[in-house]
Formats: sequence, structure tokens, C-alpha cells
Amino acid sequence: MDNFVVEVKGVSKVYGKTIKTVALHELNLGFKTGSFNAIIGESGSGKSTLLNIIGTLDRPTKGEVIINGVSTRNMSKGRLADLRNETLGFVFQFHYLLPEFTALENVLMPYRVAHGKADKESQKRAREILNLVGLEKVENNLATNMSGGQQQRTAIARALMNKPKIILADEPTGNLDSQTTDSIYQLFRKINQELGTTFVIITHDRRVAEKADRIVEILDGRVSLDIIK
Amino acid sequence: MKLAFDIALRFLKSSKGQTILIVLGIAIGVSVQIFIGSLITGLQKSLVDKTVGSAPQITVAPQEDGDFILDPQAEIKTIKAANPEEITNLVAVTQGPAILKTPAESTTIILRGFDWGAAQGIYKIADRVVKGELGINENEVIIGKDLSKNLNVAIGDAIEMITPTGKTGEFLVTGFFDLQVKSLNESWILTNNGTAQTFLETGEGVSQIEMQVNDVFAADEVAMDVEKRLNDETLIVTNWKEENVALLSGLSGQTASSLMIQVFVLISVVLGIASVLAISVVQKSRQIGILKAMGMHNPKASLVFLFQGFLLGILGAFVGIALGIGLSWSFATFVTNPDGSSLVPFYIDWVFIGVSAGIAVIASTLAALIPAIRVSKLDPMEVIKNG
Ligand SMILES: Nc1ncnc2c1ncn2[C@@H]1O[C@H](COP(=O)(O)OP(=O)(O)OP(=O)(O)O)[C@@H](O)[C@H]1O
Ligand SMILES: [Mg+2]
Repeated sequence: MDNFVVEVKGVSKVYGKTIKTVALHELNLGFKTGSFNAIIGESGSGKSTLLNIIGTLDRPTKGEVIINGVSTRNMSKGRLADLRNETLGFVFQFHYLLPEFTALENVLMPYRVAHGKADKESQKRAREILNLVGLEKVENNLATNMSGGQQQRTAIARALMNKPKIILADEPTGNLDSQTTDSIYQLFRKINQELGTTFVIITHDRRVAEKADRIVEILDGRVSLDIIK
Repeated sequence: MKLAFDIALRFLKSSKGQTILIVLGIAIGVSVQIFIGSLITGLQKSLVDKTVGSAPQITVAPQEDGDFILDPQAEIKTIKAANPEEITNLVAVTQGPAILKTPAESTTIILRGFDWGAAQGIYKIADRVVKGELGINENEVIIGKDLSKNLNVAIGDAIEMITPTGKTGEFLVTGFFDLQVKSLNESWILTNNGTAQTFLETGEGVSQIEMQVNDVFAADEVAMDVEKRLNDETLIVTNWKEENVALLSGLSGQTASSLMIQVFVLISVVLGIASVLAISVVQKSRQIGILKAMGMHNPKASLVFLFQGFLLGILGAFVGIALGIGLSWSFATFVTNPDGSSLVPFYIDWVFIGVSAGIAVIASTLAALIPAIRVSKLDPMEVIKNG
């Protein structure tokens, strides 16, 4: 219970004012430091809603999110932004790279958001991460001049730049073929094992989910299954 | 700061077409401002120069008609001391009406006598002599070219003048002048000071002291200084501004209307930038959304757009200055009078250009404020949900 890097307590999310859609029902869930977790569930069950709330991009209607043992409930927008910058890495189904910048510059972006300028050391680190995801050859390509798989791997490299404690991934391979998908999950596992980064990954792919340490299934905004291996 | 600036620069670079278009818009606005501004200023300068450039701008004369300033040299010293920096081209003038008689007809003229050297300052008299030469000896005069035509007088002719008191004298015409004002060319007869003093019986006295000032628009203030310094109730100080109220109000009307044009140009430039940047906020919402998700604070995200406005303003101002100066120069060079001289002289006022450019940069940055506020309100969730 104590070593949860992130925890949601009694989190509910209700959309709409007149016609209310309850996306999450008083959810309680914690993820251990260094764990590799998969969230599954049918479309519309509330997976993305949960992940966005964990990532502090969205606020719960009720309940609270505790990151690193600190409740985010009363944090200002600026504090939340800093928290995201320092401890969270996001990977979405779409890569959201800045098309005006090269792969390397995109990877450096989270560092620059925090520090303004990218020093030698950070540039070295960004190159190392690009190496890790196998993109050293295209590091100076504009984000638009890469294949879909390369773009997604750049987005993963970017998520790793600030050495986040947690990586939140929402169907990160949804747009990729099965071979690329495999290589990306191998990469996630490698990072998880080497850096101790906690992963929370939403996936539709049962095969992928089965490789995780823990599988959480969401059904109608509730946890319907929670398998820890 | 640095990141926001770099992102702003990249955004502008990546949509080159849009950037060029908006820079051109600002540039045209700035150039129109500079062109109209210089045109009006040049026009006003040449107008004022034509009106009072070769005329006295401040005149000191006795209160009573027919009185004289008895010690002109002492008064000139006092006047000069009133404002030594502004006052130039002082000249003592002895003048009075007379009737000019030729065998054929007679006409009323004004005889004006001054030291030719001192008069050079205001009247540039040596350059105005179109035929013959200045009369430097006793009883030598020069007359206007229109008068010479009217009365059919030639150089070397003798003319006869009668003063209001009935004194007559004979004078030798040594040259014709052209002051470029027909009424003066028809009514003035100029001579050296000694001739005028003798004929008009003023003794050592003169009729008035005339002068110019360096800043013509300060003539009224300088006139006040002179009046205070002289502190003499028998003397009256006048300046060109009080005698040209209509011209001055015309000029200020012109200035006001040019200001109006400039304000409207500015407004259209601001609206243009604001609307283009507003579109760009929509175009770049994905980038802004992810930057915020990565932890960029709202004010920083807004700064990206303020920098874009600022950069566009700077670029537009530079291009606009070049265009505006080019436009003013072409106008001065190619729009000419029949004699080939510029209709409006080319005139560059760097202070005015600097102010125009500065206002354009500030206005562009302020125009970016609306999109910047929209950016700060953009919720990353919207972007991430809707792809
Ligand atoms: N902005 C919104 N307004 C109203 N309802 C919403 C909004 N966002 C999500 N919902 C609803 O909340 C529920 C959960 O949505 P969510 O996006 O979390 O599903 P999901 O599990 O991620 O589905 P998928 O697998 O298709 O991505 C759905 O019923 C959805 O219609
Ligand atoms: Mg989803």
C-alpha cells in the first residue's frame, strides 16, 4: 500500500450537466513503483478517462489522485504542470510531435519546458534515448519526415526525456502494425527493467496485456477484473 | 523565454506563406504611414519655406506709424541678445511709400532701403537680381521685373519718385529683381540704406528691424523673448504666425487628417495580425496542447504567440521602412513640376519613421494578445481527446 507511485482514491467522473454520463464510479486503484500494468476494457468503458485523470490532464468529479504520496487535489495549474513535467511521461495513440521540430528537438522538448535551454548534457541524453528507441539515424529529420512507427518511437523517447517515474500510455500502438507493436512493447519492458519506470498502458491487444505484471479490466467505469501475476 | 521565442520562430518559419503575407500586410501599413507622414511633413515644410523662408519672420517696428527707430545698431544688439541661438539674419529696413512717375504714367510703390549685405540673409537679394546689378551708390535702385514691364523701364533709365511730403528725387535703375511674388515685384523698389534714409528723411533712423529664426514654428515664442528684452512700449513686435493664421490652421488640419489616416491604417494592421494569429492558434492547437501536457505553463504558451506578434511587427516594420522610403523617394523623383523640380521635396524624418516603426511593433505585439489569451485558455484535454 505504501509503495504506490500513483493512486486514485474514490475517483468518479461525470460528464455533462443535463444528460449525465458517469464514466468512472468511485474507483480505487494504486500502481506500485516499477510495475508494468495493462488496462483493458471495451470501448467506452472509461479507460482513457481514468488515464487522463491519473495524468492530471483531467480533474475527477469526486475523489483524489495521489502521485508520489502527495494529493493533487488542491494543486494549482502551474504546480500540476510542473508535476507532469517532472514525474509523468505521456504516450498517446497519436504521437503529437511538433512538426516544426526535428526528432531530436522534439525529444528535448520536455527538458526545455523545464529549463529553457538544452545544455550539452541534455542533448547527449536525448541522443542516448533516441539510440535506445533505434532512431539515431533520423534524429535530425523533421517530425513529419518519419514513418508512423518512427514517429511513435520518437514520442516514446520524448516521454522518457525527463526520467519520469511513471509512463502513461493510451493505446500507444493502436496505429501500428503488429511487428512494430512488438518492438515497442519490448522497448517498454526494457525501459521498465533498466530504469525502474512504472508503466500504465491502455491496450486493446490481449496478447500485449498478457505480458504485463498486472492486468486491470475496466467495465462501465468500474474495475471488473484485477489480475496480478 | 528562450523556448517560447524559439517555438515562435519555428511556427513562423514553418508557415512561410502565412508569415510573408502578414509581414507584407504590416509592411504596407507602415510604408503608407511613412509615405503619408513624410509627404505631409515635406509639403508643410516647403509650404512654410515658400511663405516665410525668404521673408521676415519677426519684425520690430515703432508703435506709431511714421516714427523711426533712432539707434538701430543698439536695438539690433539688444534683440540678438534676447535669444542668440534662434535669431538670425537681422536687418534694419528703411521704407516708405512713394509715387513713381514716368513720362507715361505714375504708380504707388514702396521704397525699401537696407544694407545689401545684411539683407542677403533674409531676401537672398543677390540671387534675386535677374538682370543688371545691385545699386550700391547714392540714388541707385533696383525694381521688380513686373514693374519694369508695366512701366516699360530699362536698365540705365532714370526714374522719378515723389514722397507723400512732396519731396522729389531722381534715381538710376541698375537692375531688376524677381522675388517670385508678383505683388512684390510690382510694388517694391529696393535700394541701399543711405539712399532710402536721405530720400525718406529719416536721418540715422530706420523704419523697422526684421529677422528670421532657426525654428520657424517657434517664431511666436522668440518674438515674446524679444519683446521682453526690448521692454520698450514705443516698439511693437510682430511675427509671421500671427499674420498667417489661415495657413497655420490649414497646416494643422492637414496634420490632423494625416494622423487620422495613420490611425486607421494602424487599426487595419492590428485587425489583420489578430485574425491571422487567431487562425494560427487553431492550426497549432495540437502543439500547444501537447506542450501543456508536458508541463508548459499557460503564460509561457501565451508568450509563444506574443513573440510571434512581436517578430512579425519587427519584420513588417523593417520591410515597411524600406518600402515607405522608396515610395517617398519615387514620389519626389518622378512626380515633378513642369520645370522638373519635385512637387513635394524628398524628406526623411528619422524620428517620425522610428516612432511609426515602434508603434507598429507595439501594435503587432498587442494584436497578438487576443490569440495569446485564447492559447492560455486552451485545455490540453480537448486536443488529446479530439486527436
Ligand atoms: N467529453 C465528454 N463528454 C461526455 N461524455 C464523455 C466525454 N468523454 C468521454 N465521455 C464518455 O465517457 C465514457 C468513457 O470514455 P473513455 O474515452 O474513457 O472510453 P475508453 O474506455 O477510453 O474507450 P476507447 O477504448 O474507445 O478509447 C464514454 O461513455 C464516453 O462516451
Ligand atoms: Mg480511449
